[in-house]
Order: sequence, then C-alpha cells, then structure tokens
Amino acid sequence: MSTFLELEHVTKTFGSGGLFKSDSVTVAVDDVSLTIDEDEPSIVTVAGESGSGKTTLARLLLGSHVPTTGRMLYRGKDFTKLTRRERRSFRREIQPIFQDPFESYNPFYKVDHVLEEPIKNFKLTSSDSEKNRMIDEALEMVGLVPNETLGRFPHQLSGGQRQRVMVARALLLKPRVILADEPVSMVDASLRATILDSIRRLNRDLGISVVYITHDLTTAYQISDNIMVMYRGTVVEAGTVDAVIPNPQHPYTQLLVESIPQPDPKHRWGSEPPQQNWEVVDTDIIGCKFSDRCPAVMDQCHKVRPPQFLIEQHQMATCFLHEENKEMGSPDITSTFQMESETLKAAPRGD
Amino acid sequence: MSTEQAIKTYREGARISDVDALVVEDLSVYYETDSGTVKAVDGVSFVLKQGERFALVGESGSGKTTLAMALMRLTRPPGHIANGNIILNGRDLTTIDEDEMRRARLSELAMVPQGAMNSLNPVMRIQNQIADGILDHLGENDDSPSKQQLQETVQDLLSRVGLRPGVARLFPHELSGGMKQRVAMAIGISLQPSLIIADEPTSALDVVVQRQIMQTLGRLQEGLDASIMLVGHDMGLVAQFADTIGVMYAGKLVEIGPVDEVFGDPKHPYTKLLIQSLPSLQEKKEFIGIPGLPPELIHLPQGCSFEDRCPSRFEKCSVEVPEKIGLGGRREVACHLYEAGGST
Repeated sequence: MSTFLELEHVTKTFGSGGLFKSDSVTVAVDDVSLTIDEDEPSIVTVAGESGSGKTTLARLLLGSHVPTTGRMLYRGKDFTKLTRRERRSFRREIQPIFQDPFESYNPFYKVDHVLEEPIKNFKLTSSDSEKNRMIDEALEMVGLVPNETLGRFPHQLSGGQRQRVMVARALLLKPRVILADEPVSMVDASLRATILDSIRRLNRDLGISVVYITHDLTTAYQISDNIMVMYRGTVVEAGTVDAVIPNPQHPYTQLLVESIPQPDPKHRWGSEPPQQNWEVVDTDIIGCKFSDRCPAVMDQCHKVRPPQFLIEQHQMATCFLHEENKEMGSPDITSTFQMESETLKAAPRGD
Repeated sequence: MSTEQAIKTYREGARISDVDALVVEDLSVYYETDSGTVKAVDGVSFVLKQGERFALVGESGSGKTTLAMALMRLTRPPGHIANGNIILNGRDLTTIDEDEMRRARLSELAMVPQGAMNSLNPVMRIQNQIADGILDHLGENDDSPSKQQLQETVQDLLSRVGLRPGVARLFPHELSGGMKQRVAMAIGISLQPSLIIADEPTSALDVVVQRQIMQTLGRLQEGLDASIMLVGHDMGLVAQFADTIGVMYAGKLVEIGPVDEVFGDPKHPYTKLLIQSLPSLQEKKEFIGIPGLPPELIHLPQGCSFEDRCPSRFEKCSVEVPEKIGLGGRREVACHLYEAGGST
C-alpha cells in the first residue's frame, strides 16, 4: 500500500488578519485527515451543501490552496518542500475536471487545443503522429469518435460531449488521481449517465483513483465506493456508500438523504427543514456545527465538539448520538473506507 | 398513517378547484431562420385548473422554456407565436396589446426565472428591487404608497419567503444562492398573481436548499390559491411537487396526466424511458440513458419525432404524426400505439 496523497489534520481558514482585519473567520476545512492511495484505486465522493468546504478541500488536494494548519504529504514528502521536478510530476499525476464544461474552453479555439496543450506543456511527445494517436486513444476511451469531435469549436458540441473531452484531456496525462468537482451538475439529466459512466470506467479499467465532489447523493451512490459527508468544514460522516447512504447515522446526512427528490410521487418530502444560519460565525461555534439545525440536539452538543465515533468497520459519524461506540483510533477518515481488494464488484459493462 | 394519508388526499383534492385558470389551445411558437422554420413549440394544448401544480418536463431543446416564455409573451424575434390561444382567467393573452400585457405580467402571471440569482440587479438593494414591480404596476388613479407602507409590504413579502427583515437592506452579492432565489420568489408573488411560472427554479442549488425552496414555493402558491407551472428536467422534483405532469419532446406535448398515474404507468415510450433511466437509491444499476439524440427542430421527420429512438416503433410511425388520444380521466398520449388497432 503506497500512499499518493495524505492530509494530516488539515485546516484551511479564510478572512483572518492581514491589512483588512476582520472579525469573521471562515473555517472552510476543519481538521480533516485523509489518504488517497494509488495501489487501491477507489471512487470517493465528497458530499455536502454549498459552503460545506468541499471545493476548498478539492483545491487543497490540487495544491492550489496551502493548509493554514496541518500538512499535506505527496508520496510521503511535505508538499511545501517539494522540488520543482516533484511539483511538476504532482501536477501531472492529479488532474481536475470542473463543473462547467463550457468555461473550461476558450471559445475561439477548436477543441483540439485543450487536448494538444497538455501534450506540449508536459512534453509528452514531439512527434505529430504520436500526438494524434494519443489524442485519438484518449477520446475513444471516453466514448467519443475522434473524427466527429476534433476540428470542431466548443459551441458545436453538446454539454455532455464537452465534458467528456475534458475527461479525455485529463486522461492524456495518465494521472493517478482524477478530481471531479460537480462534473455533471450543469449537464442535462439525460446526458449525465454517459459522463459518469466514462469516469467510472477510468477507475475500473485504468486503475485511476477518483475524488468525486457533489451534492447529489443519488449519483454518488451509483458510482462511488466510499463517501465522506462534510458540513461547515467538518467531516460529519464517512464510510462506504453501501453503509452510509441506505443507513445514514449523522442527522445531517439523514437530512441530505431525505431531501433527495425521489422520482416517486408516493414518497414525498416531510416538513420543511430549518435554514442554515450563516449569521453565526464559524469560530463562535463551540460545540457541534450542526447543533442549531439538528432535530436530535442534546445539551452537550452546544458545548463540546463531538469526536469521530466508529459505528462499525465501514462507517463513522461525528455525533454524540453514537457515544456508546468507541472513538476512532486514527483520525484518518479513510480508514473506514473499503478498498478494491476487499470487494468483488460486477464487471463494468463496456459499450 | 391511513388517516394522515386521507387528510392529505382530501387537502390535495380541495386545493385544485374545477375552475380552468389557464387554457392553452394549439399553441405554436416558430423561429424563422435563414435555413427554415424552427418549430420550437408545435401545437401544444393543455388546461391548468385553479390551484393546480403542473410540471412541464423535457430535455434541453424540447421547447419547454420557449413555451414558458410564450405564456409570458416574452418571445423574442425571430421567434413569434405562430398560432394558438393562451386564455388566462377568461382573457386571451395573445390578442391583448403590449401595454395591457405589461400590466398583466406580475399582477396576473409572474415568472420565477431560471437562475434567478442572475436576474437580480447587482447595484440595487433588495427592498428597492421588490418595490420596483409594485410601484410600476400602480394605476393612474392610485395614490403612491408611503415609504412606510412600502417597507411594510417588503417586510411582509420577505417573511413569507422565509427571509429575515435585515435582508431588505442588502445587495444581491451579500446573499447565498438560495436566498437570492427566495428574493426572486418574493418579487414573483408581490402582486398576488393567479399563475406562477417557475422555470427550473432550483437547478443550481443543492438538495437541502432545493427542497426548502420548493416547499416554500408550494406554501406560497397555496396561500395565494394560485396555479403553478413548473418547468424543468428533474423528474425527481416533479414527482415531489406536482399534481399533473406534461412531457414535451421536440416541441410537442407527448403525454399528460396526473403525476402518480404517469409515474406508476407511463404510456408514451419516451416517458417510459425517461422514468427508467432515473438513477435511484433503491438499487444500483448500470446507467441507461436514452440512446440517440432528439431530432433537429428545423428538419422534423415526416412521422413521429421520437420514431428513430423508439423501441416500440412500427411502420405507421415513420409516416404519420400521432395525434393526441384521450385515455380517460385527464390522461392523454400522442402515440400510435394507443390508437384503436394501433399496437402490434
């Protein structure tokens, strides 16, 4: 087992100190420890509502934010102490796919441009024929026909095709990890399936680890192996999707699961849940961050921050309701995840 | 549970009256382009009862937003309403002049737009944006309300959409996406319209906020005894919210009926595939999208528009456009399979 990336007690805060000293500090990511392993590639979902810190976590993993406290290790080495060469290989090995498949393009260039650029930047090859072969191969891998895709402008492709070209771009660099931040939220529901399917195939066929950032638990359940749920920067629940989604243990995860609009008119939502109170500054919350909205709130929730309780092998929740369980030995939430070697999954359907 | 269910059924029954609030008859919206006529909406008819929640679903390009804009009479050239009537509370909106239509907007029918977060004026305080519509709709003989009265109205609207009073003095950038959507709803209901058109009101919001917004919208609509037309592609949201569903495909309404009946027993092959392709939490399955793409609206096929993607097609489908067939109750479907002697 060799680790690709490790976060150790990472906290990221915004808005403190500096020239414009302000009282309100936003704790976007609050003491998160996790590991991304490369020998055991899995799909991990990071779920949570806007403001939960999931995009900040993604930026930390991409190295575009530096932790305020705690540290990130890349292949065992402190990220801030990497040499130029190591930093370069890091940037090749982890590739992002962003939310809006249109904004990632320059509308004046043909789509070929986004595929040629990484080859040039990372000097993957100098021969034109080799370059074309690599591009064709990457496009085919995501289910696109090269001569129907290349030579076109971004606006001539559908949202689904545009997003799949982005997946192909990431693939060119043979990354170890793909970080997909809401890759389907801007795409028509009927086209989502093809994109998610191509992401899943990367994981199963090419052994790439995927971090899938979303608020959509239905697709998370369908494509990922493991999940971590964030609320105001804290990981409130983590484990395998098969443990967490059918049987959520943290009241916030329960609210998320209940709020999924199920396509079944016979099972409608219950009463309207309370709104999040953004008036309260993160640093003023002493106890559990969800306590002001929690239907099961207890006295101690307002006073003490709940630790991570291990409910069973593959599920943990940061909630006093589970006090009878023992606390997690290691803060690394990934220890609740299930790795490829432990599971035998149905073979992917190739089409 | 059963009593609760009974009360719920009774309430839903009571919410929808027998009065037709909106009658859309054979409505067509065409875009004239250099390469031909694009039939974005083609011969659509439906009725909305007072208090009813009607959901119009379809994939991008199916004409659902074009239809919603046509109801507001906001179709822009080269688009135009080519045919049909829009009768709201007994008055045909297609025949009234622009000035009268301008007064009808907001006071009789209001739109909560798609991406409402981008529809607010970034340099205007929330209270002024809400008051703007109210002041604009004052009649010639009305006294303009005092500052105090306006402020009270704004506060009342804010509290009805679940926002605290302080929001009135803020600018849009100081609000979250969900809060901006709530402001857009406050503007929408400010003159108590009898029809609210909500075009994908929650498409950019996460699940919990989406649920809160939809539930607030439902509460407001019931409070006003208004009808609502929800436009979108999220079948889950439709199942949660609507009473009636209309399915659009390539500019035509292909199926319409009560939500529980259509989800329980979809008739049109497109509706069937749409429902089957939904990911669920009950079971993990392979994603099945609907194979193929919708036709270009400029080159519609001679027969049924769904013919090339349809698993149940037969000879007639490629030659003749299917007419709408009543299936009893409020269910209708436009498919040759349901004609007498049509199937197999």
